[in-house]
Amino acid sequence: MQPLLGAEEAAVAAEITADAEAEAPAFTTMEEFQAMPLAYPKFMVDNLWILMAAALVFLMHLGFATIESGLTRQKNTVNILFKNVFIISMGVLTYSVWGFNAMYPGDAWSIPGIFAMGSPIANGFEGAAALDSLTSNYADYTYWSDFIFQAMFAATAATIVSGAVAERIKLGSFMIGATILVAVAYPITGSWKWGAGWLDSMGFYDFAGSTLVHAFGGFAALAAVLLLGARRGKYVNGQIKPVLGHSMPLATIGALLLFLGWFGFNGGSVLSADPALVSLVFVTTAMAGCAGGLAAMFFSWIWLKKPDLSMALNGLLAGLVGITAGADVISPFASVLVGAIAGVLVVASVVILDKIKIDDPVGAISVHGTCGIWGTLAVGIFGGSDFSFTTQLIGTLSISAFAFIFSLIVFGLIKATVGLRVSEQEEEQGLDVGEHGVASYPNFQPAVDY
Amino acid sequence: MSLFFKIPFRLIMNILRSYIFFFHRLAPWLLGTKTNTISVKDKQQTMKKIEAIIKPFKLEEVKESLSEIGVAGMTVSEVKGFGRQKGHTEIYRGSEYTVDFLPKILIQVVVSDETAKAASAAIVKAAKTGKIGDGKVFIYPIEEAVRIRTEENGEEAL
Repeated sequence: MQPLLGAEEAAVAAEITADAEAEAPAFTTMEEFQAMPLAYPKFMVDNLWILMAAALVFLMHLGFATIESGLTRQKNTVNILFKNVFIISMGVLTYSVWGFNAMYPGDAWSIPGIFAMGSPIANGFEGAAALDSLTSNYADYTYWSDFIFQAMFAATAATIVSGAVAERIKLGSFMIGATILVAVAYPITGSWKWGAGWLDSMGFYDFAGSTLVHAFGGFAALAAVLLLGARRGKYVNGQIKPVLGHSMPLATIGALLLFLGWFGFNGGSVLSADPALVSLVFVTTAMAGCAGGLAAMFFSWIWLKKPDLSMALNGLLAGLVGITAGADVISPFASVLVGAIAGVLVVASVVILDKIKIDDPVGAISVHGTCGIWGTLAVGIFGGSDFSFTTQLIGTLSISAFAFIFSLIVFGLIKATVGLRVSEQEEEQGLDVGEHGVASYPNFQPAVDY
Repeated sequence: MSLFFKIPFRLIMNILRSYIFFFHRLAPWLLGTKTNTISVKDKQQTMKKIEAIIKPFKLEEVKESLSEIGVAGMTVSEVKGFGRQKGHTEIYRGSEYTVDFLPKILIQVVVSDETAKAASAAIVKAAKTGKIGDGKVFIYPIEEAVRIRTEENGEEAL
């Protein structure tokens, strides 16, 4: 499906694939496969790109860790970093024992198109199994590459929640909630589209996860924030008291690391190293992100009187989230429009959420929730006749609603049993001291907390 | 009848009091020492502590002008404060807030009595911008000073 290539390029691409395929039936051993002069190098390059993309998506966790700690107070820094380290550690492992097979069941649905049970991934391949999983019989990449690439995506969904609930959630409660979200909920909604479930059958399209990852995380975060309540001192006497982030340099480092990682997030979702598609996706991704940054900068400057750096950073990410659903089917200049609209939406969303007293320290709900929905709908608007706005709407709303309700139940149960929020005293003192017994900057005070 | 005893008693007390007062006032002059209200031992001189709150960017200038008049050491802290200088409004993610406390530098120097006036004048001259928020200088008496390394006392410790 390459709607943006010219007829000539498409013909050449088809020829190469045909050449590769003409040789395909002719291997019965790994050695034969590796001896194929056209197909094997193609497989190697495709697979290599998926692995590099997986590493880039892994890097996004460093981006999340730094942007979240930069936009929150110094006294909670260790806690934020700990949660981020926990998420990547937990996410990959739970995905390996349940999530991957629950999300890609193949034929093994429990409720067809809706739910599949999870199970551990393979622990090695021999003989015929190796041919099925580690050659082009499987895909343009091996089973292992498939797993590790998707595992990195899974952890990203939970880390969105950690930013929104920062500075007042109990560490243990968060760990339990995030584990259940990543392990159980994410594979369910993921299977609806990428696992060839009911949304996929409807024609719903989400290239790299505007809905499956970002809106999922954003709305799960919203439910958690509603149950948690705002930080103490944030909304006083009907007024909003801003809580300043303690390190704008860290926040900027985080946003730009996320941008870098997004080249893998979107680029790898092509699921091959197809030069035309991957390079197009790099362009649409970058242009949408840049447009989002600019739009947020100028919109915040005009509307809020000053150009706000934290809004600009949110704008960059909003543009990236916005193009994530359609990076391979939206043209570069349309992606500028998509990104710019996302940049405006995120600023508006941050301010409106604050006005209705939903406290989101880093803007996660606005960046990922609001703009995740927008990005999915944008495919229906700008993606061409192959896509239906209504189908996109149904898909994004159903997954967002599922994430919201699931998170509401999980965090609700946690709140009712072990409690969700730290004590008032601990919140004043800072979670670093309260939860971890350590200060993040023991001999150095880069910022004074009021 | 009772008055007969009170008047002479009171008169005697008043006379005594005036003599005591006279001698107390005259005694220093009679004994040949300074007419200061503080009486100090011979060897010990007084010292003064000067605290100056200044605008942060003036620190280098003040330090130079103090070392020009021979003040060798000082202690500096970063503080926040305000006097008549109003704060300002800032905005973060769409919400406004006022910042009343402005960053300042607090300089503390301990000098001998003779140097105190000159040091204070040097600080004022170097730190002045003429605009509101320039700061203040306070001078305190110092009872004792000790150099930790050598355990010297008094002015030698400065």
